[in-house]
Amino acid sequence: MAKPPKRPIEPLLWLLFSAGGMASAMLMPALVFLFALAFPLGWLPANYESLRVLLLHPVTRLVLFGICMVSLFHWAHRFKYTLYDGLQVQHLNEMINLFCYGGAVVGTIAAGYVLLTL
Amino acid sequence: MADRITMQVTRYRPELESDAAVQEYEVPCPKDWVVLDGLNYVKDQLDGTLSYRWSCRMGVCGSCGMMVNGEPKLTCATFLADYAPGPVKVEPLRNFPVIRDLVVELGDFMRKLVAVKPWIVRKDEKPVSQGEYLQTPDELDEYKQYSMCINCMLCYSACPIYGLDPNFIGPAAIALAQRYNLDSRDEGAAERMEILSQHEGIWGCTFVGECTEVCPKHVDPAGAIQRYKLTAAMDWAKSFVLPKKGAGVREQGAD
Amino acid sequence: MSNPIYSEHHPRWLRQRLSTYWWLGKWPYVKFILREISSVFVAWFVIYLLLFVRSVAQGEAAFRAFLEFSGHPVMLAVNAVTLLFITFHAITWFAVAPQAIVAHMGTKKVPPFLIAAGHYGAWVVVTAGLFWLLLR
Repeated sequence: MAKPPKRPIEPLLWLLFSAGGMASAMLMPALVFLFALAFPLGWLPANYESLRVLLLHPVTRLVLFGICMVSLFHWAHRFKYTLYDGLQVQHLNEMINLFCYGGAVVGTIAAGYVLLTL
Repeated sequence: MADRITMQVTRYRPELESDAAVQEYEVPCPKDWVVLDGLNYVKDQLDGTLSYRWSCRMGVCGSCGMMVNGEPKLTCATFLADYAPGPVKVEPLRNFPVIRDLVVELGDFMRKLVAVKPWIVRKDEKPVSQGEYLQTPDELDEYKQYSMCINCMLCYSACPIYGLDPNFIGPAAIALAQRYNLDSRDEGAAERMEILSQHEGIWGCTFVGECTEVCPKHVDPAGAIQRYKLTAAMDWAKSFVLPKKGAGVREQGAD
Repeated sequence: MSNPIYSEHHPRWLRQRLSTYWWLGKWPYVKFILREISSVFVAWFVIYLLLFVRSVAQGEAAFRAFLEFSGHPVMLAVNAVTLLFITFHAITWFAVAPQAIVAHMGTKKVPPFLIAAGHYGAWVVVTAGLFWLLLR
């Protein structure tokens, strides 16, 4: 009979990290290029009306919420281990966990609020 | 090309000193000599007090692992001439306590290896009269790569996580657990899951990937670990939907 | 790990602590830390993305003002670095996908290059799709 793993939260955190990694790898290169470089620099035309219709659509907002949530948890998980391994501050792990995962939770709620009240 | 090379060898003699020191030896450097040949020359001709481990000198026993110019290598498989004109630095395998000179303490790994139960675990053993367990080539292919591990510990030297936290179970132990988890004859995946799913088990790994890079047998322990993370995570997720389907199911859904 | 009792016949072992700067020791470690740091830029872009979408919701004037703000040299520099790091994240993610994902077709393993190709192929399709959606 299998006993439950000693830290049952780890699989969930890793799944969120993986989902965020996949989502950001697939979607963000194009989005960064368009939203943060091509549109501001005028390299490509930003049609306000069609952007408005697309981005404010409820399905789009739901998808954006999903992307934001998993990407934030991707950051939280990866950054936590960067602090542990890079700076060797594992003894501060309670503070680090609070900062990282807490930050991801706060960010997710904020994203939900922003996308809900557009 | 030079026909001699200087080896800068770490010495640690606890009865004489409290820290490591470097001693230089000049050894011949024929084209076909490996670093181990250089060390044997030192021991035979120059300084018989040098201590180090070696055995098969052909890359299958895993005894002669050391740091050569900062990289974990099997000294029987690393050519001295590749470091010409030298000097070439030879240090004990990193991340392990040093007992003496180039000899490191491997008890930690040995305990971890036993903990992952690296043997076929079955509820019922077939009696000999019923013949062998049959296995197809595809079933062998599932775990064969992980069975190539020679326990040389180069992966532990390359792993910064193990260097930072000696409680981390480490690449070779997890790869060997996978070798049995993925073996069609084995039924012990659930038993191994408990030790592997601790924080110092698979979840401590951040996929640096250096363990796979230095492995002389191409075992790919990093791949074994990431696969197991996926298996364990899927298992965990399934346990909410299908509570009976417990932990440690083999990847192909053996039940 | 057990705590050994050192004696004359069991002399003190030498334990060397890993330096805080271990990750500067060789290029693969530097690459690893850069890869991990890319997650910071992922989080930054989540913030930027939300600001962008909000500016669209606030009307054309607000949107154009946001684009102008984003066109400021400091913002452009930050976001150019963001693009570099996020691209690096995507490349390293797809590079290790075959190690992490072992798929089966029947009883045979799918060859690793197909897993990688599948990821890159999906990325091309997704990128093309996004360009089409957003540049209409």
